Amino acid sequence: MTEKKKTTIVLFSGDYDKAMAAYIIANGAAAYDHEVTIFHTFWGLNALRKDEDVMVKKGFLEKMFAKMMPKGADKMGISKMNFAGIGPKLIKNVIKKHNALTLPQLIEMAQEQDVKLVACTMTMDLLGLQQEELLEQIEYAGVAAYLADAEDGNVNLFI
Amino acid sequence: MNVDKVLDAKGLACPMPIVKTKKAINELEAGQVLEIHTTDKGAKNDLSAWAKSGGHDLLKHEEENSVLKFWIKKG
Repeated sequence: MTEKKKTTIVLFSGDYDKAMAAYIIANGAAAYDHEVTIFHTFWGLNALRKDEDVMVKKGFLEKMFAKMMPKGADKMGISKMNFAGIGPKLIKNVIKKHNALTLPQLIEMAQEQDVKLVACTMTMDLLGLQQEELLEQIEYAGVAAYLADAEDGNVNLFI
Repeated sequence: MNVDKVLDAKGLACPMPIVKTKKAINELEAGQVLEIHTTDKGAKNDLSAWAKSGGHDLLKHEEENSVLKFWIKKG
């Protein structure tokens, strides 16, 4: 058996549409039998947030960040034509009409396909996000772990 | 043609046809044939590229009432 090919994606964006693109590529790559890693940093971390309120101790700034950022993939805005939240509603309608998968479904499918979901711990600190607030079964790492995956990767994207 | 498994991926959008095809082919032995039905217009390019990369044989494809049909032999 030859060594598996690798796809690594850095998800920096917290936009619903960009995250969708990242997760569609990740799921496709998993179907291509690649070992797939999505490294979530900055606003991309919000895709991993749980949609419920999680009681954790936080400072004032961190609380503000937590309030202002979307709680989970479903709450994210879109990068164009967001129209203060109407855009995402429209796009979800279109997704349904075309029988495509929503972002939360794509994330679930990625986990089913053993895509490795990684949260960047440094930016978690900056944004005041704690492990309890993020999805289960994800990994926590920094730049070195990402580079270890990426340096012998075949596909590497920054979204 | 001897078909060992039929996959109905009609109505599904990218990336589901390829994800489902991958799952279905995993359940087959080398040399067995998978028949796939899909309505995704990108499927022809997607499945031929996927089959080539995975070492499988795309034996044949045809279009019937806007349903695309593919036969892939597992490599």
